[in-house]
Amino acid sequence: MPLRYGSESAEHRAVREAAGLFDLSHMGEIFLTGPQAGQALDYALVGHLSALAPGRARYTMIVNERGGVLDDLIVYRLGDEEFMVVANASNYETVAHELRGRAKAYDTVVEDRSDQYALIAVQGPRSQEILATLTDADLGGLKYYAGLPGLVDGRQALIARTGYTGEDGFELFVANQDAVPLWHAIAAAGQPYGLTPAGLSSRDTLRLEAGMPLYGNELNAELTPFDAGLGRVVKFDKPGDFVGRSALEAVRNDPPRRGLVGLVARGRRVPRHGYPVTKDGVVVGEVTSGAPSQTLGKPIAMAYVDTGADSGLAVDIRGSHEPMDLVELPFYRRNK
Amino acid sequence: MSNIPDDLSYTKEHEWVAGLDDGLVVTVGVTAFAAEQLGDVVYVQLPEVGANVERGDSVGEVESTKSVNEIYAPVGGEITEVNQVVVDDPGLVNSDPYGDGWMFKVRVAGDPEDLLSPEEYTALTSGES
Repeated sequence: MPLRYGSESAEHRAVREAAGLFDLSHMGEIFLTGPQAGQALDYALVGHLSALAPGRARYTMIVNERGGVLDDLIVYRLGDEEFMVVANASNYETVAHELRGRAKAYDTVVEDRSDQYALIAVQGPRSQEILATLTDADLGGLKYYAGLPGLVDGRQALIARTGYTGEDGFELFVANQDAVPLWHAIAAAGQPYGLTPAGLSSRDTLRLEAGMPLYGNELNAELTPFDAGLGRVVKFDKPGDFVGRSALEAVRNDPPRRGLVGLVARGRRVPRHGYPVTKDGVVVGEVTSGAPSQTLGKPIAMAYVDTGADSGLAVDIRGSHEPMDLVELPFYRRNK
Repeated sequence: MSNIPDDLSYTKEHEWVAGLDDGLVVTVGVTAFAAEQLGDVVYVQLPEVGANVERGDSVGEVESTKSVNEIYAPVGGEITEVNQVVVDDPGLVNSDPYGDGWMFKVRVAGDPEDLLSPEEYTALTSGES
């Protein structure tokens, strides 16, 4: 996936106003099949995946014994005995390794098929109209975080209503050999609707505006889901033990020392990953992601900031303390 | 292949220098190659008029969606003028890097050194791109 195909600002706007086409084939796809696939995932992940209905998907996480996040995931239940775990490119080998080890006691087969699948995403308000020209699948009936198998441009795909942009959109999992022709077919079908190929740079600014975490920035193995403000993904009420349960139970009611917040710059300089957040000259946090926001017309950032430090904040941008306003996440929410 | 006008001089830091042959005041900007590498420029910070700079001094920054880069003085001397238009509309760095996207002017002190010819700069960027 390139950083950009043309202008990343134009790509960002296209996704907000029309649609963008993303090549996400770097993502990992790990399959669990067998009668105990669901139970294995209940033990391996923090979510309650055995309770997921076939055809639905969940955002969840895999943590280590200390409760530290190893990756954030989307799990699709493809059938009674088949699940697909979608992992980040930089983590899928770790995730596959952990899943194999954690699933050993269960009647299930874990298979990393990342090399066999490509992933093409169509994101933006006109996505459904565009895809409808290429498939008879019931796109209108497909709920957010649901997936169904179907033919797109005559090619077998798992069509999922998921994404990472804050817009409505679809992700299409297809066999490698179908990816290039499908990309061209969607690009051609989308042209009258304003669809543009979109790169990693716009993907990052889109997810940042939508307040979505990125592994390596907002999430890492030193932070629990609670640290990241995402404790809701941890399902303590599911039956049985799961990896990280005792560590997470010990911290679930702790008052957070720091929280993940949104910052909007008053000036034009851009806070970036790793820059210190200060209050009255004292460091009270750190920026995890920052970029100029097309939608707000100002630089924005996500940052971990000490609880209680909610005014008089600045970011130390290469020696200059630039004033910031604290806002609730997300920065952008689409009109439904 | 990005546009490299043959009537300018260049630096390894991807700045262009115009007007060397005419006399004392030269105009400086960043090259089309640099602008393409940066992506959409969102912020430009320029030196103060009247500042005296040495060749190689960091005199400003160009910030894009994904990165921030320093601007170095390609020649030593006094800053005589800065382009407020590009500060107000940083996208000019992308759309017109050799025209309205110019950055500042310098009254050159001493002999300019280590500048690259268009041919040398073409060779440099064809190795990087």
